[in-house]
Amino acid sequence: MTGTAIRLRQCAKTFQGGQTALSPIDLDVRPGETLVFLGPSGCGKTTTLRLIAGLETPDAGGRILFGDDDVTDVPIEKRGVGMVFQSYALFSNLDVAGNVAYGLKVRGMPKAERATRVAEMLELMHLQDFADRSIHALSGGQRQRVALARALAARPRILLLDEPLAALDAQLREQLRVDIDRLLRTLHITAIYVTHDQAEAMALGDRIVVMENGRIAQIGTPQDIYQRPANAFVAGFIGNLNRFDVLAHEQGRARVAGGWLPWNDTSATVLCCRPEHLEIVHANGALQGQVLGQFFQGAHTRVLVDIGNGRQLLVDSRDDRLRQRGDLIEMNVTGPLFALAA
Amino acid sequence: MSDLAMTLPVRPTPLRRRVPLAIVVTLAPALIVLTAFWLLPLAQLITLGADADRSGTPGYLVVVSSPAYMQGLLQTVALAAGTTLATLVIAGIAGCFLARHAFAGRSLLVALMTFPLAFPGVVVGFLIILLGGRQGLFASISTALTGDRWIFAYSLFGLFLGYLYFSIPRVILTVMAACETLDRSLEEAARSLGASHWGVVRDVIVPGLMPALISSGAICFATAMGAFGTAFTLGTRLSVTPIAIYDTFTNFANFAVAAALSVLLGVVTWLVLMLARYLAGPRSLST
Amino acid sequence: MKRTGLFTLQLAFTLLVCAFMLVPIVLSVMAGLTRNYFQGIESGLTFDWVIQVWTAYAPTVWLSLQLALACALCCVVIGVPAAYALVRLDNRLSRAVEELLVLPVAMPGFATALALLLTYGHYSGFRSSAGFILVGHVLFTLPFLVRPVMAVMQRSHLPVLEEAAASLGAGPARRFFGIVVPNARAGILAGTLMVITLSLGEFNLTWMLHTPLTKTLPVGLADSYASARLEVGSAYTLIFLMLIVPLLVALQVVSNRLSRGALR
Repeated sequence: MTGTAIRLRQCAKTFQGGQTALSPIDLDVRPGETLVFLGPSGCGKTTTLRLIAGLETPDAGGRILFGDDDVTDVPIEKRGVGMVFQSYALFSNLDVAGNVAYGLKVRGMPKAERATRVAEMLELMHLQDFADRSIHALSGGQRQRVALARALAARPRILLLDEPLAALDAQLREQLRVDIDRLLRTLHITAIYVTHDQAEAMALGDRIVVMENGRIAQIGTPQDIYQRPANAFVAGFIGNLNRFDVLAHEQGRARVAGGWLPWNDTSATVLCCRPEHLEIVHANGALQGQVLGQFFQGAHTRVLVDIGNGRQLLVDSRDDRLRQRGDLIEMNVTGPLFALAA
Repeated sequence: MSDLAMTLPVRPTPLRRRVPLAIVVTLAPALIVLTAFWLLPLAQLITLGADADRSGTPGYLVVVSSPAYMQGLLQTVALAAGTTLATLVIAGIAGCFLARHAFAGRSLLVALMTFPLAFPGVVVGFLIILLGGRQGLFASISTALTGDRWIFAYSLFGLFLGYLYFSIPRVILTVMAACETLDRSLEEAARSLGASHWGVVRDVIVPGLMPALISSGAICFATAMGAFGTAFTLGTRLSVTPIAIYDTFTNFANFAVAAALSVLLGVVTWLVLMLARYLAGPRSLST
Repeated sequence: MKRTGLFTLQLAFTLLVCAFMLVPIVLSVMAGLTRNYFQGIESGLTFDWVIQVWTAYAPTVWLSLQLALACALCCVVIGVPAAYALVRLDNRLSRAVEELLVLPVAMPGFATALALLLTYGHYSGFRSSAGFILVGHVLFTLPFLVRPVMAVMQRSHLPVLEEAAASLGAGPARRFFGIVVPNARAGILAGTLMVITLSLGEFNLTWMLHTPLTKTLPVGLADSYASARLEVGSAYTLIFLMLIVPLLVALQVVSNRLSRGALR
């Protein structure tokens, strides 16, 4: 399977009753890439997915192209997409093999060929022992694997996944995420993946589209999004973030509550850094503060620090030294600092 | 990027483009049948009610100005309301009991009490005759005991019993279903706060069952208003509206008045259903 | 919970209600099998009454069965697509249609019958056929099919299933027959049983709509109650019970399974 590019041009969606789910967006999905739509509920990510799938039509003027085909007016059943739903949407009147074979049967594939393809798909998803099982006899993780096999069986041009892991518990989610990742890497299929879970987005996405209020807030690789968030919303939505209000600029440094930060650009009013990019030092730290509490989290210890002016910092420290509430500590910035528009 | 999108949760309309055709094709047969065989005839019935009968008075006017018809209607409403109330109390107690207690033979008991659910009115009438008719069980028992023959089947009380008979199974089922969904922690909370047994029943159980009681009561009422079969079997001397309509139509061929009476009965029934729905909140009538 | 006096009281009450429901049925069965009910069971048991009723009224039984099956067929053909449309539409319009479907049940049956007679009574070919009764039965029973089917469709997340089928390339007709109908079969079964049961026992409408040549079982019952001796009415009731009780039991089993969420 080689990937197909997807292009959205001025796609907007207004629902009956006038609520705007999506402001006009342009988007290019590269062939074979996994693009993750990330955002809180109601941000328009599922609507965008449904537009691409053909389950919704864009408002007048919007176009959707698969490769060079304009599919805007093509119904979903003729678009050649594979889709995986949060609720699995398996047909309980068919067994596992029957579900996987459904799309092939609809397309009129001869029986023998169908059987081979089904067996192949079941093996790919480690489901070969479950072919004759009823859907009701499967666990959630198995059901979602059947759904994946079913979506991929007819070799779709594009795979669409709508929060496929949201209904599973944490451990299964992790396991299936690895499976999906392996699948997407080996198949090189263009995949759109919708989720509200940032860890999932980071792990699976070649690129991530962060959405907010029916608009695209940022598109970029996971590293881009994490290290160089385009705005406060993206920064706040992904990971924990420490915010510093700049009080003054002075000789290549910015004065903030609790100390100084190295920063040249005098126009910055808010500086940010991630908790893991702060380090507790014995002396000569750029920042000083008072410990409010500390929480052991396994790989690191999260320390909550008061730096004055009503500002608090999160510091993820690698050491496991015991600190008491009220201890004075000093900190240095070890990772990227970035400015945000206030 | 200026026009701000609203952040309301998106409730996607599924397969929107295909909806019109698919919906039209699938819904059309039902709508055609309903329109041709129900709405149209009903409209005709309503118009006919305004026609003049043999005395030259419009049907509706005849009905409204006739003390006999109005009294019959009043009696029908009273009987239906009485049946509904009695059914709710009886089935409420029995239903709660069956839903709350596990004991040997419980499911058999439930099955036995609810299978006459769909008995037709005529059969129910006949069963009441077997209980309280001239050769009925009560007649023979009372003759043996006191020498009097208790015959109540052919009276309003017989009709009341008949309505009770076909209403009880339905309400028991609804009450049991509602009872099982009641939050038991509410009762436990009330007990822990010192409520007496009756206090719990009054303040927790009855309010919790209210929507189910109202909706099944409404169905009870509607059925009792139109139950012609039972009244027909028990005897046409009863002065309830269904019988009156039947008489007017068949024996006197007075179509305008029969139509007017039917419409009036329908309207009263419908009003009560609407009232119940209003009391029970939206969509709770679809039990 | 402790078995208190209250428990005993409630149990006694429930048993009393149960007796009220059952004793008349037992009486009826007995009366239908007793040689002379007035003299009591000592007069001996007999199948004579049942045989007598069968010879006289067998056509009503057959007509009722045919009507019930035809009615169920019509309801399925009309009602399943309608239920699907209502579930899919799920807006103000669909709720209005749902109301409309239920109205013939809320209205007194013979009012509907009267309206039908007034509108279509003069088409004598139609008037004198069993089809006239069938129309009434379909109107009256349709919501009893549509409701359970809708409930099952809503519970099995039908719209999503359909989207999945569409994404796999299935067109509307294929989705309806291949996915929608099979996944609603529990509701269709429950609804069909209910429709058959109700149609077999329908009297309010039928009494007005029937002709001497189109007598159904309940019409025959009413006849026999009014004109024949108690034993004959009872024997006839016995035949009716034998038809309808298995249906009611099946209905109970199916709806129990439905309410427990076992859709298969």
